[in-house]
Amino acid sequence: MSSPSQCPATGDQGLRRWAIRDPFHWLAFSCSAVIVAFILVPLIEMIRQPALGDLQAAILDRDVLGSIRLSLITSGGAAAIALVLGTPLAYILARRRFPGRKLLESIIDLPIMIPHPVVGIALLSIAGRNHPLGKLMQAVGVQIMGTVTGLIAVLTFVGLPFYINTVKAGFEEISPRLEHVSRSLGASAGGTFCRVTLPLAWRHIVVGGIMCMARAVSEFGAVIIVAYHPMVAPVMIYERFTAYGLKYSQPVAVWLILVCMVLFLLLRIVSLDRKAAA
Amino acid sequence: MIALQHLSVQLKGFALKRVDLAVHTGEYFCLLGPTGAGKTLILESVAGIVPISGGRIAVSGRDVTGLPPEKRGVGIVYQDCALFPHLNVADNIRFGLRYHNGSAAGARTRYDDLIHKLGLSSLTERSVTTLSGGEQQRVALARALVTQPDILLLDEPLAALDPCYREEIRDLLAALHHETGLTILMVTHDFTDAHRLAQRVAVLHEGRIQQTGTVAEVFNRPATSLVADFVGFKNVLPTRAIIDHPGLGPLIGIQHDGIEQHRYAAIRPEHIHLLSASLKNDTRAPLAGHITAIANHGLFTELSVDITGIILKAVVPTSKLMTEQLEQGAAVNLRIDPGNFHLISNP
Repeated sequence: MSSPSQCPATGDQGLRRWAIRDPFHWLAFSCSAVIVAFILVPLIEMIRQPALGDLQAAILDRDVLGSIRLSLITSGGAAAIALVLGTPLAYILARRRFPGRKLLESIIDLPIMIPHPVVGIALLSIAGRNHPLGKLMQAVGVQIMGTVTGLIAVLTFVGLPFYINTVKAGFEEISPRLEHVSRSLGASAGGTFCRVTLPLAWRHIVVGGIMCMARAVSEFGAVIIVAYHPMVAPVMIYERFTAYGLKYSQPVAVWLILVCMVLFLLLRIVSLDRKAAA
Repeated sequence: MIALQHLSVQLKGFALKRVDLAVHTGEYFCLLGPTGAGKTLILESVAGIVPISGGRIAVSGRDVTGLPPEKRGVGIVYQDCALFPHLNVADNIRFGLRYHNGSAAGARTRYDDLIHKLGLSSLTERSVTTLSGGEQQRVALARALVTQPDILLLDEPLAALDPCYREEIRDLLAALHHETGLTILMVTHDFTDAHRLAQRVAVLHEGRIQQTGTVAEVFNRPATSLVADFVGFKNVLPTRAIIDHPGLGPLIGIQHDGIEQHRYAAIRPEHIHLLSASLKNDTRAPLAGHITAIANHGLFTELSVDITGIILKAVVPTSKLMTEQLEQGAAVNLRIDPGNFHLISNP
């Protein structure tokens, strides 16, 4: 009878030994390490460099707090609009086959591809007095330039693709047969959506909302065109950097990173729950 | 009852073409056909799930063509059960009750009766994701039946089940139909389902109904060569080839006058008897040939036998292969009762 040390390698152990010897494994590992370091090192350095006193001072600064609060409110508003208006669109894209569907999907992805200052300029171009929509908005008292409304509009624009694509994927995971059975049992289309589709897709809706909000909270290019003031956190960081230098912009950036990390963690927790349920 | 008149459905790459079908009240009717024939599409058209491009659909004498699924009085059970994974067994079964008029006490009685009848009493609080295939299928049946639909549509309800559960659910379906007298339209490609459950069947091929009739009619007297091939007539031969054949021609001519007016003659492989080669000159086995292929199907083996240019397929018990020395290339003699040839005029 052989001792444990003499036992031949199990499948897993053999696979591990093979992977260690394989040059491709080392190439893949090295590339991955470079990528992870590339993302983490600047962020860690930025968090590590400011003194605790500077961090404390930054968070006690009413302007900094106000900008972070405004960032959260406006990006939350963008996520809420995406939820209300984007959910039906995501459902239609997931369930219906119609001419121009691919084109519509491409249009939804446009905000990801367009340079973000262009997004700001595009929004302003329809908000002016020379445009019928701009006239209508002014008639009902809606202003885009330099307002919270403008901020929410521009953040919704950049965040929508993230919400719609995530929720659409969620709807696609649900078998249409569940909805067919629900209809045959007497539920209307709306009743089926509320009692079957929505309860099964809620995790994707939450994840989509968080992704939309995370994208919106980090937006700078489009925001600076539409509303330098009131000042959201990315604009505040930019202003501190250009006016006072790196040392004064870092503490605000650290606080913004922490907020983003909380959002990111929420996203991961919800995603992990979904996988566990699956 | 279910009545389809010229039902047409146009999808990308597939179409149902003017399907006419009548399922009588209280009848158990099976739709048969190969995969992709359009069987499920007919079911979903009746349920109102698929938009139709033409024709009329009536359920229990009521024209439901333009009605949404929830107004049709149709229950549907899919092969994969389509149970709601976020609800437990009881909530799945009770899902449709709120949409149907009637007293709460009546609904409760029906629910209790069904879970007792289907053996679900001990499972009501279980998550549906933890149930076996047979249990899931019983829950799906209870969910459809508790709303008292006018008709029940079953889309291959046994196809995804293990053999032991399949037999159990088949018996259950037969018992439910016997007790309730419900009109049932079931899609299947399993002949056992048709023989065990159906009073009548229809065979569908590429979106068209090829033949409708009792199980015996369709399986013994197929109307087209496509149906003959589908229901197991492995030998569908052009009549001209048979008439010209030195062995088969005289044989079939004895019993079938005017055979040349038909396009095909078909015979089931189980109606071809293989006799020992030593009986070569026996009048009981006038056709001599040799085995060209052997396909073992477990208990039975299918043999392809070349009889001077025509290949016939016959089945024998696998145990006979050894005792009769039936092997590739072996000489054999065939006996065919000419009355077992079925003549077909349509392609």
